[in-house]
Amino acid sequence: MTTAPFWEIGGRQVRSRLLLGTARYPSLAVLQQAIRASGAEIVTVSLRRESAEGRAGRQFWTTIKELGVQVLPNTAGCKTVKEAVTTAEMAREVFETPWLKLEVIGDDYTLQPHPFLLVEAAEELCRRGFTVFPYTTEDLVLAERLVQAGCKILMPWGSPIGSGQGLNNPYALRTLRARYPEIPLIVDAGIGKPSHAIAAMEMGYDGVLVNTAVARATDPVSMGRAFGLAVEAGRLAYLAGAMPTQEMAEPSTPVTGTPFWHSSSPEPLK
Amino acid sequence: MIIEINGERRELDRSRVLADAIRDWGYEGQPIAVAYNDEFVPRGRYAAIQLRDGDRLEIVAPMQGG
Repeated sequence: MTTAPFWEIGGRQVRSRLLLGTARYPSLAVLQQAIRASGAEIVTVSLRRESAEGRAGRQFWTTIKELGVQVLPNTAGCKTVKEAVTTAEMAREVFETPWLKLEVIGDDYTLQPHPFLLVEAAEELCRRGFTVFPYTTEDLVLAERLVQAGCKILMPWGSPIGSGQGLNNPYALRTLRARYPEIPLIVDAGIGKPSHAIAAMEMGYDGVLVNTAVARATDPVSMGRAFGLAVEAGRLAYLAGAMPTQEMAEPSTPVTGTPFWHSSSPEPLK
Repeated sequence: MIIEINGERRELDRSRVLADAIRDWGYEGQPIAVAYNDEFVPRGRYAAIQLRDGDRLEIVAPMQGG
């Protein structure tokens, strides 16, 4: 469990800046242990068709409730505004939260968000009182439109969902951070390793959302913990202020008093 | 009459309200939400919806998600 200070997201105070997905784990038991080990206080969940005989939904929901974490329902798989809005309403009733990770997919191969439909759905859901966490691209102008639609949080992708490629466009992510210093920004999707999470946090991102990188690790529980530590380390590093990079070396050991100083140049090759 | 539930056709011997159908189908006590002909129906309205031939229902429950 982290001792990091509280931060506010969607009107709630939490300590951990890691948001964890709940899909693709080998079992519910491993999922539960991984969430605990990661220290994540916010987890994403979804909805699926349930047959009358099916009890998987209740079992999963009981597992999550036992953890006492805040859930962030998603609209995964939605491709139209209508589907996203109906799914959101169903999620609000089942999960008893106005929080919503809004996904409107525009391309099946990259799962890239559909920018126009995303804005349209965000407008409608903000009007209906949802706290919308839009899964978006790193596009600055799209971000502005989402903010105008009423979004108080932005979740740009690092790279395509489940790809583990990390931050494909660091320039654009830095630009978003610079242009929206006051809006909580969370890198969602594409994070494959703790080093990617650290990179996002060092840029000043408020949090990262990770799923596959933990769920599909050889040891998801240890990887959950690794991500929890990484996010905390990255945040600390951001607050601590990284040194500027330089072209040439600058000796870290003071040169004054170095034995043989200036008495020799690098020895020529023989 | 025929009702479509989660994309599958199901024969209903007689017309009834959504609340009764959900109970008869065994969904009672499950954490579910319903869309009726593509529109979300809040739990409190189940008793007011009379199912008709050709109606479509989506019945969903929590699942793992990213």
